[in-house]
Amino acid sequence: MQALKYARAASVDEAVKLLQEGGPTARVLAGGTDVIVMARERRRHIELFVDIKHIDELMQMTDGADGLRVGAGVPLYQIYGDANITKTYSALAEATHVIGGTAIQGRATIGGNLANASPAADSIPAQFVLGGVATIAGPSGRREVPVTEICTGPGQNILQPGEFIVSIFFPRPAAHSGSAWERFIPRNEMDIAVVNAAVALTLDGETVTAARFGLGAVAARTLFVESAAAAIVGKPLTDATIAAAAAAAREAATPIDDMRGSIKQRKHLAGVLTEHVLRKAAERARA
Amino acid sequence: MSTRMVITTKINGEPIEFLADSRDSLLEALRERIGLRGAKEGCNNGNCGACAVILNGRLTNSCCVMAAEVEGAEITTIEGIASPEALHPIQQAFLEEAALQCGICTPGFIVATKALLDENPHPTEDEARFWLAGNLCRCTGYDKIIRAVLKSADEMAK
Repeated sequence: MQALKYARAASVDEAVKLLQEGGPTARVLAGGTDVIVMARERRRHIELFVDIKHIDELMQMTDGADGLRVGAGVPLYQIYGDANITKTYSALAEATHVIGGTAIQGRATIGGNLANASPAADSIPAQFVLGGVATIAGPSGRREVPVTEICTGPGQNILQPGEFIVSIFFPRPAAHSGSAWERFIPRNEMDIAVVNAAVALTLDGETVTAARFGLGAVAARTLFVESAAAAIVGKPLTDATIAAAAAAAREAATPIDDMRGSIKQRKHLAGVLTEHVLRKAAERARA
Repeated sequence: MSTRMVITTKINGEPIEFLADSRDSLLEALRERIGLRGAKEGCNNGNCGACAVILNGRLTNSCCVMAAEVEGAEITTIEGIASPEALHPIQQAFLEEAALQCGICTPGFIVATKALLDENPHPTEDEARFWLAGNLCRCTGYDKIIRAVLKSADEMAK
């Protein structure tokens, strides 16, 4: 491990101060399942970990009438283990349930998954479609940023020196809404997505009145696929409109060839998974 | 520069105070500072589960925890699973089902199984396989391990 120090912050203000003092080599430590490994493998130059798990606000999860707020230190098992979240924010529960194995889920967080900015991050498409807004604390106070604007490229995000994610808020879905998330991996568990996809939609009868699509591992960052929404919003949910949304997702995908999958396979999967999650989300919206 | 720090914790029910370097992972501290060498270093990046411990009631990979984080925490390691007198039923079942070969993954599997049965005393085969997906075995294969897990659940229910 690098020559690093550890500090435990008792408040958001103290964490900001510690991060500022530490400069560019200071990092927030929540679940640590990415940053500790990065420090050990020297993929990031890190000299200070600021542990944020002893700040109450970071460890709270509140599911209220207006929406769900998840503190950036809340471990994944608490998210998918909550029956109300599974029902109302299904895409988020589905994604968090399969990130890593049980031991990872005991520590890892959706704030970390977002800030880590992997193009294949499993929770990010779910966060996109559920309309997540991140609260970011920093030297000049707090700001709110839609999760769709956090990641800028592989491992890159908009966080400025001294800033960190405090919580993520998901507005409560309207009546007759449903969401779903799915990924393709060649194994049963414990793998990085070849492609992952999520959708959240609202129905009025059989007409789609709102829809948001997310696609992962098909570009340098998670895609928010507005063209797929355009293909289906205002229209009845039929095999034809589902196929049109899937075609838009295939079209939007600009994947690379790598050891996990080829361009052709990933574009194909973008369509297939989009169809799967649409059908599943629609079932939930009708229920 | 790293720093030295005194960490006060409870390991396997016993209050333990140890001197750690701020660079130490919990796995390094357990093995090299405290002398508990049951948790193994497999991948050292959170993929294999050989270093699994139960930290404040949750199954955790000790390679992905900083030693400094466990100030005030309660930890169960493989050394704390059995009583001094007898094997734990999980260990007994692993022996009877020959659910190990080289043994490197075994402490992690047994700790992970303990955490599973604490939460879900009667897992289905699917539930056991899903729970243990983060524990890798590269020689025995998983069928014998799963048989041992389900057998230990049955034994413990008696």
